[in-house]
Amino acid sequence: MPSYVITEKCDGCKAQDKTACQYICPNDLMTLNRDLMKAYNQEPEQCWECYNCVKICPQQAIEVRAYQDFAPLGANVIPMRGTDSIMWTIKFRNGILKRFKFPIRTTAEGSVDPYKGKPEVDMAKLKQPGFFTTSKAMPVIKK
Amino acid sequence: MEKETCTFSFCKKPEIETVETDLLLIGGGMACCGAAFEGARWANPKKMKITMVDKAATDRSGAVAMGLSAINTYMGENDPADYVKMVRNDLMGIIREDLVYDLGRHVDDSVQLFEEWGLPIWKMGDDGFSLDGFQAKEAGKVSLKDGGKPVRSGKWQIMINGESYKVIVAEAAKKALETNRAATGVKQNHYERVFIVKLYKDAKEPNRVAAAAGFSVRENKIYVFKAKAMVLAAGGAVNVFRPRSTQEGQGRAWYPVWNSGSGYALGLQAGAELTMMENRFVPARFKDGYGPVGAWFLFFKAKATNSLGEDYCTKADALAEAKAKYGKYVDNLGTAIRNHLMMRDMKLGKGPILMRTDEAMAAINKTFKEKLGDKEGAKKVKHLEAEAWEDFLDMAIGQAGLWASKNIEPDKTPSEIMPTEPYLLGSHAGCAGFWCCGPDDLGAPEEWNKKWPAGNYNRHSTVQGLFMCGDICGASGHKFSSGSHAEGRIAAKSAIAFILDHPNYTPTIKETEDHLAAELYLPFEVYEKHKTYTTDTSTNPHYIKPKMLQTRLQKISDEYFGGISTWYMTSKTMLDEGLRQLQMLKEDTSKMAASNLHELMRCWENYHRILSVEAHARHILFREESRYPGYYYRGDFDLVDDTNWKAFVNSKYDMEKDTWEVKKVPYVQMVEDAAPVKH
Repeated sequence: MPSYVITEKCDGCKAQDKTACQYICPNDLMTLNRDLMKAYNQEPEQCWECYNCVKICPQQAIEVRAYQDFAPLGANVIPMRGTDSIMWTIKFRNGILKRFKFPIRTTAEGSVDPYKGKPEVDMAKLKQPGFFTTSKAMPVIKK
Repeated sequence: MEKETCTFSFCKKPEIETVETDLLLIGGGMACCGAAFEGARWANPKKMKITMVDKAATDRSGAVAMGLSAINTYMGENDPADYVKMVRNDLMGIIREDLVYDLGRHVDDSVQLFEEWGLPIWKMGDDGFSLDGFQAKEAGKVSLKDGGKPVRSGKWQIMINGESYKVIVAEAAKKALETNRAATGVKQNHYERVFIVKLYKDAKEPNRVAAAAGFSVRENKIYVFKAKAMVLAAGGAVNVFRPRSTQEGQGRAWYPVWNSGSGYALGLQAGAELTMMENRFVPARFKDGYGPVGAWFLFFKAKATNSLGEDYCTKADALAEAKAKYGKYVDNLGTAIRNHLMMRDMKLGKGPILMRTDEAMAAINKTFKEKLGDKEGAKKVKHLEAEAWEDFLDMAIGQAGLWASKNIEPDKTPSEIMPTEPYLLGSHAGCAGFWCCGPDDLGAPEEWNKKWPAGNYNRHSTVQGLFMCGDICGASGHKFSSGSHAEGRIAAKSAIAFILDHPNYTPTIKETEDHLAAELYLPFEVYEKHKTYTTDTSTNPHYIKPKMLQTRLQKISDEYFGGISTWYMTSKTMLDEGLRQLQMLKEDTSKMAASNLHELMRCWENYHRILSVEAHARHILFREESRYPGYYYRGDFDLVDDTNWKAFVNSKYDMEKDTWEVKKVPYVQMVEDAAPVKH
């Protein structure tokens, strides 16, 4: 399902230091039309439907429309990603609605302190199996 | 045909920046995030510089960009030796058991860190039902590290709420890089949107890698990274065979569409020895949407049948026929054999093959209501339904959209499953990659560690200073996301040891910066030179645009190297012809043309795809048997031949001469056989 941008909603991320969708797209698809100051998907047939542009858009201007080579029209899947959970609304072609809410993380964004409480490295162990965090002896294959 | 060169007569010369570092991490996926975390800790006290280069934004790059609903490799109570047996069985008997065991004994530490960093992990509730990451916390369930009991969907898999899996892992990696900046005084050591095109050898030491060149996808700028060692984890190869989907649906590849074979191409051009590149993965997935089936099979206990309701994996005639050709490997019904049996029924017209989600849900409904009463049972079923949808929404959102588009409610309607187009990878259920040094404490042959020609460092390739992990460390599949992270850590740690053991080394390359820039910007020069010759820039006899480069590659691999159009069938004559056509495609890459930076990236990505496919085809040609029935068949050798081919196939590419050396390398069994499985 390639992503598409709703003309009325997209403001080209004028207020941000960079265009959010263009920043995040793993496949470099989202791009800004500088004349219109609106974003668009420049290569829909390379879109994985990862929804990262949809989730990050501050204006909720991006949605996804099913790949038309195999999907009938009329359904949609819309996420609302918060700081600790995500809400999904799934609309079926026949109108059935499903809503789900799932956790996404148990810590505050930006709070990871990777080495807090972790041991310092022991250079004598650099060539031994195990990580700097390893305290127990590493197992070996029993014969 | 005249070759094109770039002299910047037509396109503008870019700015060139040279970055000098100690350890370069190429890629920003799970493996390189692990490498950054482990590497920085060892590097900081020695003030060694670590630099990460990612072609996308690290928060959402690599194979886990969308998220995942499970972590497929977590040992917990299991013995890594049993993990070796499982991997060996699934990969048809030929794996590097030292690498797989090593991964198994390291992986849990990474998973426990993910939980600590904030990844919600399901836990088993007191009533025997699963709790999601939040419910588990509220119920006071302890973390995995403290003995918490995860929810197993299979022996090795644990369930997670993984929408933000990569964001969380990237956050730790970025913070680790930040500590390295603080320790070394370097201003920048994390480059996003820089695409590495090629590695360069050292000018004085012929078998040592010294530099990597790439370009910014955002501005006209070339980067040359000079490094004392590199960890390469630039992913497997997707969209290398003609996909089943057409037009815009081609983006819905099963594996990430942006994995363009760069991991393979960068290493093989540097002369690193490859192993098991004949291996491929053809997953059976929900048709078109390519949503995961693992949870349906393992967690919801759904059955897949043909349209007559028959379980194609238990039919005596089919099993006997398969056993006659593929021997003992049929007994354990690994992924390849199950594919084979499925396709047999499809060819007999007994398709579509159906995942009986409706029957599975009905059975669950019944059990829950019997156990818990109508009200509580219904509540648990509703929770389970949400879990089924989350499985898609966490990692294959398009599949949820496809079910909605087709009005498929899994409790009412079964869903089609189908084998996909082939993929090349080494971290999922495949093992195509590089031949790497292993750990030296597990009793593996000394040729695999102490006598490693490039030096005894774990995950060291055959090129000095070049370390491999994730999708491209070969003969060691089933790492998945957690194992790739752990392997990145192993690789970075030994790369640090390698750098410290070579204190007087300074990387130098013979090519000038201008030469590198001209090489990388050739597609711009070609385009600018010829673009006005025709009235429409898309059709021009002087060049080929990246889209058609990819289309031609896919057509060749599909028709000659065993893609979907021949039911994965190929042979010596087919491979020979395909390779002739591939050679001409390779020549045509000197005329690939780009009109903007996005297309420049696509040009080089497709160049990487072409080299990956060539390695794949040459390995299939060399191995005169069908080691992976269900993934590919040699029509001229349609058998598994353990007498002659229970061995690794390794190869080496000579970029200067454009020639390949392919050879057989003995397989060594290190972990005893598993007890036979009864059916």
